[in-house]
Amino acid sequence: MSAGGRTRLPVLLAIWAALLAAPFWLPLIGGYTALGTRVLVLGLAAMSLNFLLGFTGVLSFGHAAWFGLGAYGAGLSLKFLAASTPLALLFGTLLGGVLGAALGALIVHRRGIYFAMVTIAFGQVFYYIAYRWNSLTGGDDGLRGFARQPIALGPWHIDILNSGLAFYYFVLFCFALAVGAMALLLRSPFGGTLLAIRENERRARFLGIPVELHVWIAFALSCLFISFAGGLYALLNNFADPNNLHYSLSGDLVIMAVMGGMRNFWGPLLGAAVFVVLQDYVSSLTTNWMSFIGLLFVLVVLFFPRGLLGVARGKSAA
Amino acid sequence: MSLLEVRGLAKSFGSLAAVRGVSLAVAAGELRAVIGPNGAGKTTFFNLISGAIRPSSGSVHFDGADITALLAWRRAARGMARTFQVTEIFPELTVAENLRIAVEVAAGLRLRPWLGRAGASRIAAGVEEILELADLAGKAGRLAGELAHGDQRATEIAMALALRPRLLLLDEPTAGMGEQETFAVTQLIRRLHRERALTIVLIEHDMRVVFHLADRIAVLDQGALIADGTPAEIAANPAVQAAYLGQPAEAGAA
Repeated sequence: MSAGGRTRLPVLLAIWAALLAAPFWLPLIGGYTALGTRVLVLGLAAMSLNFLLGFTGVLSFGHAAWFGLGAYGAGLSLKFLAASTPLALLFGTLLGGVLGAALGALIVHRRGIYFAMVTIAFGQVFYYIAYRWNSLTGGDDGLRGFARQPIALGPWHIDILNSGLAFYYFVLFCFALAVGAMALLLRSPFGGTLLAIRENERRARFLGIPVELHVWIAFALSCLFISFAGGLYALLNNFADPNNLHYSLSGDLVIMAVMGGMRNFWGPLLGAAVFVVLQDYVSSLTTNWMSFIGLLFVLVVLFFPRGLLGVARGKSAA
Repeated sequence: MSLLEVRGLAKSFGSLAAVRGVSLAVAAGELRAVIGPNGAGKTTFFNLISGAIRPSSGSVHFDGADITALLAWRRAARGMARTFQVTEIFPELTVAENLRIAVEVAAGLRLRPWLGRAGASRIAAGVEEILELADLAGKAGRLAGELAHGDQRATEIAMALALRPRLLLLDEPTAGMGEQETFAVTQLIRRLHRERALTIVLIEHDMRVVFHLADRIAVLDQGALIADGTPAEIAANPAVQAAYLGQPAEAGAA
């Protein structure tokens, strides 16, 4: 409820109960487990973007770059390094996170539309690299020939490859780790400085906060989290393709965050759920599914300018 | 020894000389008012001291060190806090959250990714203290952007105080305030000065406030320092009278 992203306990329990039970209630309403997994992965991606957009006040329009790098990193690791799921996730997360941090350092002095434009450019650079470097990335056809590997956990052997249910819970576990880390960061003194920058950069500066340094750290963390989501996405599909890096996906992620409510910690997850479910359902009826999403987005922005979960803390005076 | 000293400070914007060679020293514990007609360069002068802009020439010294090249955030971290003519707060956070961030930054925790229970309760105590001091305890849970103008100004001053500054720069603290609010802010500034021996430099248009509070008054006119002295000296200074009489509307508004 608070601007720091604190959600009241009963709401929090309801969210986690719904996520834990999703494989059981999804079929009752016409869904399936893999759809739930997709919502978790894209929801984590949108929440990672929103760490920057909603809680630092910095708009990146090229976050698919880091998502896609995470996906390619995980795929390449499985294909060429070792048949290990944790290693793939680590490699993907570091690939996107480190490149994001390095390139982010170049642009933290830019703000607003200039920042957003440069992030799009970064995304397209990686898109074309993936598109053209056939020998490594498979080019236009995407990266194939790898599969997520079962997890050996002491005496247990968790077959996330063949059991969609086991994979869902594996993704939910990863989601919980990342989301928990984000929530703790936002509550911390460091998180407070990010809210300060979002609210009033000038005031933040004159409180003694080096704004560029803090924006850079927030950007790097956001890249790290979204690369992790990208790695999970590659595991989900056993496939990575250049569209994972394309700016249209960056735009989709922004839509998810804004539609769900970017001032609300959980908003982007709801946005991702609406987006993914609508995409799944409407695309079975018509190829023009995106126009329905577009229409819904316009309606949400018109009637709930703060997103579906943003009404709770709307300002009385416009 | 003087806490703040500026030497030959000047700033030009193109062909406009906003501040021309101002030299001034503020002793520790002093309350100094900076007055002058509209466009005299008072806010530019403040921006030069606080690091919002770089001077064309001259230097700024704080606590014996030359800080002319330091960025604004570093000056704040050294104990120089300021408020602005147009209130700068965090509108969509509560008053308590506004102060919490300031208290945490002042405690050197700005990069901390977590805070233990002991640390959090120490921060909360610091926030309580500032809330009491600025008479905002009853509004701690309100969104800062939804407060009345006077309370928003008070929140900004409280945030500056939360930094535990050694020098407080106030840019027209009573601007746009009614009688009651002006009185409350004046009392607060007076308390900070008398009871906490805080060094304060303030820009103010309301002459009752200036003469009520200031130990010394500096007068700027067209970017130059035309007088610097005790309130009695300034009141009797013919150059000051001429500067103000040249702008009768200003004197009337004050």
